[in-house]
Amino acid sequence: MRRLSNALVAMVAAVGLLAAAGTAGAADKVKVGFIFVGPIGDHGWSYEHNQGRLAIEKEFGDKVETTYVENVSEGPDAERVIQRLAQGGSDIIFTTSFGFMNPTIKVAKRFPKVKFEHATGFKRDANVSTYSSRFYEGRHVIGLIAGKMTKTNTIGYIASFPIPEVVRGINAAYLAAKSVNPDIKFKVVWVSTWFDPGKEADAAKALIDQGADILMQHTDSPAAMKIAEEAGIFAFGQASDMHRFGPNAQLTSIVDAWSPYYISRVKAVMDGTWESTDTWGGFDSGMVLLSDYSDKIPADVREMAEKAHDAIKAGTLHPFTGPINKQDGSVWLKAGETAPDGDLLGMNFYVEGVEGSLPK
Amino acid sequence: MDLTILILQGIIVAATPLLFAAIGELVVEKSGVLNLGVEGMMIVGAIAGFAMTIESGSHLLGLVAAATAGAATAAIFAVLTQFLMSNQVATGLALTIFGLGVSALWGQGYSGQSTAPLARLHIPVISDLPIVGPLLFSHDILVYLSVALVVGVAWFLNRTRAGLILRAVGESHSSAHAIGYPVVKVRFLALLFGGACAGLGGAYLSLVQTPLWVEDMTAGRGWIALAIVVFATWKPGRAFAGAYLFGGVTVLQLHAQGFGVGIDAQYLSMLPYVTTVVVLVIISRDKARVSLNAPACLGKPFYASS
Repeated sequence: MRRLSNALVAMVAAVGLLAAAGTAGAADKVKVGFIFVGPIGDHGWSYEHNQGRLAIEKEFGDKVETTYVENVSEGPDAERVIQRLAQGGSDIIFTTSFGFMNPTIKVAKRFPKVKFEHATGFKRDANVSTYSSRFYEGRHVIGLIAGKMTKTNTIGYIASFPIPEVVRGINAAYLAAKSVNPDIKFKVVWVSTWFDPGKEADAAKALIDQGADILMQHTDSPAAMKIAEEAGIFAFGQASDMHRFGPNAQLTSIVDAWSPYYISRVKAVMDGTWESTDTWGGFDSGMVLLSDYSDKIPADVREMAEKAHDAIKAGTLHPFTGPINKQDGSVWLKAGETAPDGDLLGMNFYVEGVEGSLPK
Repeated sequence: MDLTILILQGIIVAATPLLFAAIGELVVEKSGVLNLGVEGMMIVGAIAGFAMTIESGSHLLGLVAAATAGAATAAIFAVLTQFLMSNQVATGLALTIFGLGVSALWGQGYSGQSTAPLARLHIPVISDLPIVGPLLFSHDILVYLSVALVVGVAWFLNRTRAGLILRAVGESHSSAHAIGYPVVKVRFLALLFGGACAGLGGAYLSLVQTPLWVEDMTAGRGWIALAIVVFATWKPGRAFAGAYLFGGVTVLQLHAQGFGVGIDAQYLSMLPYVTTVVVLVIISRDKARVSLNAPACLGKPFYASS
C-alpha cells in the first residue's frame, strides 16, 4: 500500500511539477526537491528535514520553489521518485535517508546538470554531495547523563537498522555511560523500521518490563517517549525536541538542525558556486543541538553534561578516544588515540562491553 | 510483577488492534465482499478516536467516534462497490490511500497533543488475585470487547438465521437474491460493521498502544489483518489465534533481543511473518477444507437480474 500511495503521490507531484514548469518557467526560480523516508508529521527525522525545507522558503521567498515527496520507501521506489523530481526541473534535490544512497547516485548520472545532496551516505559524484551530522556527539552527552541517573543500571536502546550511523550512536552512548558508571548495561532492541509507532511502543514496553529505567531511541516517532512518560521513567528524544510527548520523561533531545546547511547549499546553487562536498557537522557547526535540559537532571550531572558538550564543541574532547577495544577484545584505538572519520563512517562493530550480537 | 505476566500483557496489547480489524473484515468477506481498505479505515478510526477524546475528554465518546468514522469510511466503499458497481480491489486500495490522506489532513492540529491512555479495569479483589488478576481481569475495556466480538461473531455466523443469510449471500448471491434476500443490504451492513471494527482497532493504536497520534501510524497493520482473515480460513476462533500468534511473536522477539539471545535481529524480526506463512501453508494443505470455508462469491460483483 505504501508503494501505491507513493505512486499516487509521485504522479500527482509529477503532474504538479510539469504544470509548474509550464507556467513558471520564465520566473527563473531555483527549484528545490526533497524526498523523505517517513511522513513529515513524524515529529522526528523527516519532520526536522521538512523544517529545513520551510527555512529555505522563508529565507529566499519567491526566489525558490520547493517540492517534496514523503513516505518513500528505501529501494527501487526511491529511484523512480528522485527521477521524477529531476525530470520535473528541480535544480537541487535533497535525498534525506541513508537508503536513498544508490538510487541518488544512479539518477545523478542521468541528470548531470541537477545537483544532488544525499544525507548520511558516503558515495559522492561530481554532482552529488553528502552531508550528515555528528549525532554521536549528542549521544556521548546523553550517555553521560544516563550513566549517572539510572537506578537499575539498565538502559533500553531502541535501534532501527544496523548501519554505521546507528551502531556509532550505540557505541558512543555506551562508552560515555560506562565511563561514569562501570555497572552500566545496555539492552539493544532492533525493530527493523525507521517508523512504526506501534512497534516502537511495543519495544519500549518490552525494555521497561526488562528493567530499563532510561530509554534511548534511534527511530523516528515519539512513541517511545510517550510510553516512558506513562511508565514514569526517563527517556531521550531523537532528531527533534519531543518534550511535549514526555514533559516529565524527556531529559533532553538530540536535535537535528538542517536549516543552516540547506540554506547555504541553495544559496550556492543560486550563486553558481555549488560544488560536490562532504559535510559532517557536529556541535561546532550548529548542525547538532541538545534541547533544554530537564530540571529532573541533578545540578552536578547537568554541569558534567554541559562541560562535555562545550569540550566537544571546542574540539578538546572526542567521544571516541582510546583505549577502546572492539567487542571481541581486539584493540581498536590505543590509549590517547582518537577515532579517524573513516573508522566512524564505516563502523560495523560493537565496542567492548556492549552485549548481544550486532545484526549483519 | 512477574516478567511473564508483563510479556503476556504486552502480547495482548499488540494483538488487540489486529484482532478488531481482522474480525470485522472476516464478516465482510463472509458476505462476499473483499474490502482491501482496512488500513484506511483503521487510520481514520485512529485519528477520529484520538481527536474526539481530546475534544471531549471522554474515552467512551472517542471510541464511539472511532467506530462511527470507520463505518463512515466503509460506507464510501459500500456505495461505490454495491451501488455504483466499481471494482472491489481497486476501490479498496483507493480507500486505503484516501484514509491515509484524510487522516493526515485531519490530524494536523492533533499531532503533538497528548491524552491519558484508556484506563485499565480494576475490579476490587478479583483484579488483585495473583497471576489470574493481572492476566485476565485488569485490561482496558477494548480488550474484553475484542474477545466478546470474536465469540459474538462466531455465534452470529453459525447459530443465527441472520448469520446464515449473510453466509448465503457470500456463497451465492444469485441464489440468495432469487430466494428474496436483500443481497446489497446485507453486504452494506456487513461493510459498516467491518468499518466500525477497523475503526476501533485504529483507536486502540492511538488511545492505548502508543498512545498518541502520528500520521501513518497504522504502518501496515491493516494488511496484516487481511492476511489473518485468510490465515483463519474465515473462522472467528482462528482469527483470534492468528492475531495473538502474530502479536505474540512480535512481542516475544523484542523481549528475546532484550535478553540478548544470540540470534540476529533480522531473523527475529522476520519471525511473525514467517510463522504466519508457515501456518498458512500447513492450513492450506487440505485444499478442500479451505475452499469449503472460503465464500464462493468473494470479490464478485453482484448485478441484480430482474
